[in-house]
Amino acid sequence: MIMPSAESLSSRHLIGIEGLSPAEIGLLLDLSDRYVDFNRSANKKGDALRGRTIINVFFENSTRTRTSFELAGKRLGADVINISPEVSSVRKGETLLDTALTLDAMHADLLVVRHPESGAVGLISQKVRCSVVNGGDGAHEHPTQALLDALAIRRRKGKLSGLIVAICGDILHSRVARSNMILLRTMGAEVRLVAPRTLLPAEVERYGVTVHSNLSEGLKDADIVMMLRLQQERMRGSFVPSTTEYFRFFGLDSQKLAMAKPDALIMHPGPMNRGVEIDSDVADDINRSLIQEQVEMGVAVRMACLDLLTRDLTGNEGPAE
Amino acid sequence: MKRMFFQNARVLDPASNLDVVGGLLVENGKIADLGPNLGDPPPDAEVLDCKGLCLSPGLVDIRVHLCEPGEEHKETIDGLSASAAKGGITTLVGLPNTEPPIDDAAVVEFVARRAREVRGVKIFVYGAATKGFDGKRLTEMGLLKEAGARAFTDGNIAIADAMMMRRVLSYASGFDALVIQHPEEPTLTASAVATEGEFATRLGLSAAPAAAEVMMVERDIRLVEMTGARYHAAHISTAAAVDKIAEAKSRGLNVSADTAPAYFALNETEILQYRTFSKLSPPLRSEDDRRSIVEALKAGTIDVIASDHWPQDQESKRLPFAQANPGAVGVETLLPVCLELVHKGEIELLDLLGKLTVNPAKLLGLPGGSLKKGGPADIVVFDIDRPFKVDSDKLNSKSKNSAFDGRPVQGMIMVTMVDGRIVYDGRIT
Repeated sequence: MIMPSAESLSSRHLIGIEGLSPAEIGLLLDLSDRYVDFNRSANKKGDALRGRTIINVFFENSTRTRTSFELAGKRLGADVINISPEVSSVRKGETLLDTALTLDAMHADLLVVRHPESGAVGLISQKVRCSVVNGGDGAHEHPTQALLDALAIRRRKGKLSGLIVAICGDILHSRVARSNMILLRTMGAEVRLVAPRTLLPAEVERYGVTVHSNLSEGLKDADIVMMLRLQQERMRGSFVPSTTEYFRFFGLDSQKLAMAKPDALIMHPGPMNRGVEIDSDVADDINRSLIQEQVEMGVAVRMACLDLLTRDLTGNEGPAE
Repeated sequence: MKRMFFQNARVLDPASNLDVVGGLLVENGKIADLGPNLGDPPPDAEVLDCKGLCLSPGLVDIRVHLCEPGEEHKETIDGLSASAAKGGITTLVGLPNTEPPIDDAAVVEFVARRAREVRGVKIFVYGAATKGFDGKRLTEMGLLKEAGARAFTDGNIAIADAMMMRRVLSYASGFDALVIQHPEEPTLTASAVATEGEFATRLGLSAAPAAAEVMMVERDIRLVEMTGARYHAAHISTAAAVDKIAEAKSRGLNVSADTAPAYFALNETEILQYRTFSKLSPPLRSEDDRRSIVEALKAGTIDVIASDHWPQDQESKRLPFAQANPGAVGVETLLPVCLELVHKGEIELLDLLGKLTVNPAKLLGLPGGSLKKGGPADIVVFDIDRPFKVDSDKLNSKSKNSAFDGRPVQGMIMVTMVDGRIVYDGRIT
């Protein structure tokens, strides 16, 4: 497939994969590839974002994503600060939008926001003059995760189109699954979901994916096996009977993995629950596991996103309103 | 290997719609041949002359309270097996309400081992749908099913919470497992011991409206529609519930139902003397409802008849009505009470037998239930006309709480065979 090339993104925000064209995704991935090489070199300091201010606003705990965004901003020369609800005025009763407007008024150029409620990051983006990047909102989207997954796959398999990708586990509570489904379908991959029926959202087939209740069946001839974490902290009531049963039927071990293609690769967005959704033998198999590589790709992808989103940014350079 | 030849039998097989005079040859525990033209018995075979008696697949009873483990003073696996064999039953499925409950694979294995030791009728179990029947926590249905659980149910407790029932159905459907509901709206039936109406009022008993049944059936059907699960409503006893099940079936939903003999052979007048042996769950209904169950059997809306066998000892029944435990033994009276429908001309014999053999076997994927070459020799021979009076003192069951004590019935079991072994022989007595 020949893709029309894009030179910039059509929006100054990155709220979700939904709405991105194949060309925009291609542009982000191509630039990410260059940043992978950059990050592997001795001098990891660039100046594309010199003078820019980035604020990471995380209303939900995160180590991996926040660190990744912070490194991405700093390697591009931006000033990066982190705020979290524990130390912010949110604790004093300030509304989400007031917090965002306050940061906007300080001439931040870009906010990276993670929030436990779906739609919260989009809401902020409608009210501020700076750029907003979604670092994960509720069970809605986690666009940079999907992009880094795509980058990891594309670098190993040379393409996305035509690959069979099985996404397995807690789909219901997963923003990673939603962003990945959209991206992979947009880029022409076949997507299969494998989960207990209690962890599948209604009419999920409408994403253009197939649904399986049997892991071995869902993994048959898969090129990529993407395992998701059982998000017990988001579960109200009983969705699965026990981690023993979950691992027995939906956990990835070498026996079930044997159903996939011999060169199938294993992915996991982290943090992993070993012995719940994935067996350590499989997770640590350096020939099959992309899990560490995903983390590396994460920084590069976020650099590409920050770079592209701030290139033509002029919106927040006048006086505060 | 010993061969056995049933001669001069009225061979009845609902699965193949067969009703002919003929014979059946058993070899190595399997049916080697059957039909009208088997000729002379093979020289080495033991011959059993049926003298025109009925020979059909052994009965498959899908609703039995096991009592073991936990309530061995009421019934044991040994006693249950002997009692079922006397009733012509070759396969039964036990409810999970034992102590400990069957919400763990280890208990499934315990019952299977006890059944192997007893070596009588075939005994399977259901797994609980929620842990400890708490209505809140899913059981390990995958592991329970692998251990042998045939379907999932909370026994005589309704899965009440709609969200939980939805998850039970959803989760079970991922394992292609059937969910069996005890359909009653528990907030209406909480302290009830009878069906609301004149009789309960005159007796001064706390009662619940019959509509408690259809309310739950209706809700469940909505959830079945949502989840695409397989659903079975147990011991249906009201006209309204029958209508909803018929409607769900006509819409193509995977819904089935059973009833117990009490609900088409008895009505609420049975409790007039505060007779605790007639205290059942659900409680006996009005005559109109009883009649509708007969019609539903004829129409095929109700697929299966199960005994709902529930042994209770003297201490659990010799009590004021409200304090007595519900339930009645039923495996030994299942066939004769069902045959009343045939003798009264309500239903054809093959049709009736289908609800006692092939239908339940198919529903749960159980062995037997039909007569076919190569299939297990699970067989019952019965005298359809022979009259007798139900005498609860003569029941094989350890508990004697029959709701049919003293009832004149027609239809006596002569021989019950499981995998080619005779487990009950009524010809001597």
